[in-house]
Amino acid sequence: MSRLPVSKTPKCLVGGSFIRSESGRVYPIASPSGEFLCNIPLCTRKDVRNAVEAAAKAGPAWIKRSAYNRGQILYRLAEMLESRSEELAGSISTTTGDHPAARREIDAAIDRAVHYAGWTDKFEALLGSVNPVASPHFNFTVTEPMGIVGILAPEEAPLLGLLSMVLPAITAGNTVVALASKAHPLPAILLGEIITVSDLPAGVVNLLTGSRADMVETFATHEHIRALHATATRTERTSIDQGASTNLKRTALLPGESPRDWFNNGAAGLDEIRQFLEFKTVWHPIAS
Amino acid sequence: MIPSMPRIQRSGLQSLLREVGPVDRIGLEERVAKYTTRSIKKSSKRFALNLAVSMVDLTTLEGKDTPGKIASLCLKALRPHPDPSIPSTAAVCVYPSLVRHAKKHLAGTSVKIASVATAFPSGQAPLRTRLEEVRAAVADGADEIDMVINRGAFLAGEVDLVRDEIAAVREACSSATLKVILETSELETCDNIRAASFLAMSVLREGDFIKTSTGKTSENATLANNQIMLDAIRDFYLDTGTAISMKPAGGIRTSKQAIQFLIAVKETLGDAWLNNSRYRFGASALLNDLLRQILKETTGRYQAPHTFSEASGSY
Repeated sequence: MSRLPVSKTPKCLVGGSFIRSESGRVYPIASPSGEFLCNIPLCTRKDVRNAVEAAAKAGPAWIKRSAYNRGQILYRLAEMLESRSEELAGSISTTTGDHPAARREIDAAIDRAVHYAGWTDKFEALLGSVNPVASPHFNFTVTEPMGIVGILAPEEAPLLGLLSMVLPAITAGNTVVALASKAHPLPAILLGEIITVSDLPAGVVNLLTGSRADMVETFATHEHIRALHATATRTERTSIDQGASTNLKRTALLPGESPRDWFNNGAAGLDEIRQFLEFKTVWHPIAS
Repeated sequence: MIPSMPRIQRSGLQSLLREVGPVDRIGLEERVAKYTTRSIKKSSKRFALNLAVSMVDLTTLEGKDTPGKIASLCLKALRPHPDPSIPSTAAVCVYPSLVRHAKKHLAGTSVKIASVATAFPSGQAPLRTRLEEVRAAVADGADEIDMVINRGAFLAGEVDLVRDEIAAVREACSSATLKVILETSELETCDNIRAASFLAMSVLREGDFIKTSTGKTSENATLANNQIMLDAIRDFYLDTGTAISMKPAGGIRTSKQAIQFLIAVKETLGDAWLNNSRYRFGASALLNDLLRQILKETTGRYQAPHTFSEASGSY
């Protein structure tokens, strides 16, 4: 006698909890051959709001951790990704149909986590500075995280693209609310499960799924989101620019119509971290 | 003869409990759980948020309160937000020694000055001292006095003593409004909360309040203890015709909670209680969240908490 299949209900990660959308709505995804796979939560602007609250709650403790400890945690994330790499590759290829490509993407994603784990305690030394000034002051510049960073992940490279945008933001000490690829959401669902066992504190990374049209405007206008890193189409970019102008949000927009090469090492590094930092310059009086 | 003493005293509480009747706790919990399922949107939400602002007793009860902090609290109570359609709060609530500082800013305005008194929050001081504290606060200009009941005496069964003390404080208040804090978390049972409500109401004047908590213990205002007291107010009103007011305090931090409390009032006591002379919120953080949600309703954009005066250093 055959067993009844026990299939997993895909859920999003908000504040360390696995949630279905507040709306209760879902959308189906199918394999390349058109076979139904599962229902994915169709998150709404209220879910964005809840995720922002969770990210805000997690922020102060995440900043307070030492840079070294943040590196340890990101490395732990890489370890957890590695241990479930075959499952991750499967989560991509069930909807794309290309397993070797999925395998290459997972390897690159894990390497990217290791890459940023190394950066946490080094970027300050490169971006901060002691500045020469013509007065009796000791003048220095240090970096500070911006706060909550919104992320709209690309449709292609559903895991590597998402992680390449999330990792630099949290490396810099920010917390993140990210919207995953709509066509290929499964790796983001699985990433949520991996994050909860990776020592990343609850709420530092929040992952939503669903339709971009429902949420792009909220990402742009929400005043508590300090910066937005988005892969966006031309119309979305207009909407984001208009929304962000109401609250002077920092935006970094990647054109959705000409996909970035996420495998290229140029898609990672110091410039990505710098995008989501504030620079604080202190004038400290000294006896001349 | 001595062993019979406690039994006589306990029967005071027991006869009170019999008189006012028990609380159906399961039914109560089911009922208040329903309040959280109501959908209040758009214009009704805006109405509820503005109403809640007008009902706030903006409170600071900390050892580190200074005249300067009281000054900014009073200004915030008078004009919570530059938008003129947002009302002032009902009152500020401070310690007795700070009443005279609040008076400087609030004399002649609609915002009342409430002062906790009677050895707040424990109430563990001689009656003479407690009454003197009340008189001093009223003399300094307090419009409203928040007293705590003698929970030790209540639990020991000395209900007449508790009633007499409330009556004595009411006399000491003269024309000031009295709010009687039952401190529900220390009364142990739902039946006791109902009994204490009736005990207090029996000596209160129309317009005086019963209040859930001091905000200084583990559990503060909840929908459940609020509901027990609202039911008691309704039963007392139907019995005697005297309308007693209600103030939940402590633990109400979000607009969502405040709206749920208002739903409870609307569905238990009706529109006559939906104003700030019949219902108040004892709160400090709530006001900023109300403003945040009002601004969200007006602008259509989610607001950041750091836009409002509190938590400017937040993430």
